[in-house]
Amino acid sequence: MALAKRIIPCLDVDCGRVVKGVNFVGIRDAGDPVEIARRYNEQGADEITFLDITASHEGRDTTVHTVEKIAREVFIPLTVGGGIRSVDDIRTMLNAGADKVSINTAAIHNPDLVAQASARFGAQCIVVAMDVKRVSDAQGGDADSPRYELFTHGGRNPTGIEAVSWAKRMATLGAGEILLTSMDRDGTKDGFELVITRAIADAVDIPIIASGGVGTLQHLADGVTKGGADAVLAASIFHFGEHTIPEAKAFMAAQGIEVRL
Amino acid sequence: MSTSVAVIDYGMGNLHSVASALECAGAGEVVVTHDPKAIARADHVVFPGVGAIRDCMTEIRRLGCDRLLVDALADGNKPVLAICVGMQALLSHSEENGGVDTLGIIDGHVRFFGHEHRTTEGERLKVPHMGWNHVDQALDHPLWTGIPDHSRFYFVHSYWVDAADSALVAGTFDYGVTGAAALARDNLFAVQFHPEKSHDLGLRLLSNFLTWNGQC
Repeated sequence: MALAKRIIPCLDVDCGRVVKGVNFVGIRDAGDPVEIARRYNEQGADEITFLDITASHEGRDTTVHTVEKIAREVFIPLTVGGGIRSVDDIRTMLNAGADKVSINTAAIHNPDLVAQASARFGAQCIVVAMDVKRVSDAQGGDADSPRYELFTHGGRNPTGIEAVSWAKRMATLGAGEILLTSMDRDGTKDGFELVITRAIADAVDIPIIASGGVGTLQHLADGVTKGGADAVLAASIFHFGEHTIPEAKAFMAAQGIEVRL
Repeated sequence: MSTSVAVIDYGMGNLHSVASALECAGAGEVVVTHDPKAIARADHVVFPGVGAIRDCMTEIRRLGCDRLLVDALADGNKPVLAICVGMQALLSHSEENGGVDTLGIIDGHVRFFGHEHRTTEGERLKVPHMGWNHVDQALDHPLWTGIPDHSRFYFVHSYWVDAADSALVAGTFDYGVTGAAALARDNLFAVQFHPEKSHDLGLRLLSNFLTWNGQC
């Protein structure tokens, strides 16, 4: 199998500035997404994902300009997510230079948006982001076959939608990829939620990006070998210089995982 | 002398990445256009492509880009680089969108990887073929200069080029099938992968294209 498993650093961007902090040695402006993207590009990241957490309309214009600047000098694929609600929003980001757009809440409110966007722009640029949580036994799960459901608003609002069937539906509607984030694990550094990652990876034909919980290089490798993910996304272990992209790739390669070295 | 490049624009998506990458690779003037005069004036021509083939073919024909491309290819001194769907549009027929007749500039078919796509060993493969795969160089060609054989380039596609004449295949990829990663004929070079998204080696291929005189 020759296709490399991808390592994707993720940046949270608010009004054109990286938030949640990045701490690289030798970087002039740790809040400048262009400089950070350039750094990850130099390190050999396989893609870069931007999560736009800007609340205001004016701030979102800033994000568009940021995407334009990055696309002018970073020649690896760029995914932009956060606040994408319509075909027009998708067009704006693609025109700014994004290669893929990730749709999250809007897909829940209007699943047909995924079909429309895929037909218009091609499945290859439509990523459906799923924020999932393991729900308690009382809600229909048990220890042997836990049930996972979609949540919105950073994991606060339940939707009652079961995760695997949702992933299948999104793939059928024309999603080109699924970005799966465990809200139970996000920020914990306990590793990916491998059970649901594996269940979705096995259930759909499209690639899966595992996200949420990476604290060690072993977690990245586990996402591929145990979770069956095609790509692994992480933020803080790269942002704070704990590990570089080449270290992560060397570690994964040593475990027999195909990576782009 | 810096090379001027016309990127043929048939309105199917963002071509800034291609234009920026060409500039970064050392192009002089880069114009994104379907103006026949601008394309005739340019030293080199890029025929990109994004999106579904039926819509692409409709726009290519509506804007007369098929004739512009044929004219550029007929001028043997004008190197032409086709990228992704731009490459697929050169073939005779595509299975995408229920079957679409394409330009027929190169004999062959564009085929779907298929649902439940697997390696010959039975391992399941995701579709689209998305990510960094090896390209095995099948021909010596000026566009491979300085690029090690078996290097990885960024692919994203669900349909693959099955060229009738294997002598035109300049590079292959393996993904359950052995498909054409690159085609070469006279002043035409076509790639299935995205050099504008393939980091340093992608830029190297674009830089090789800019210094190529169209001869093999």
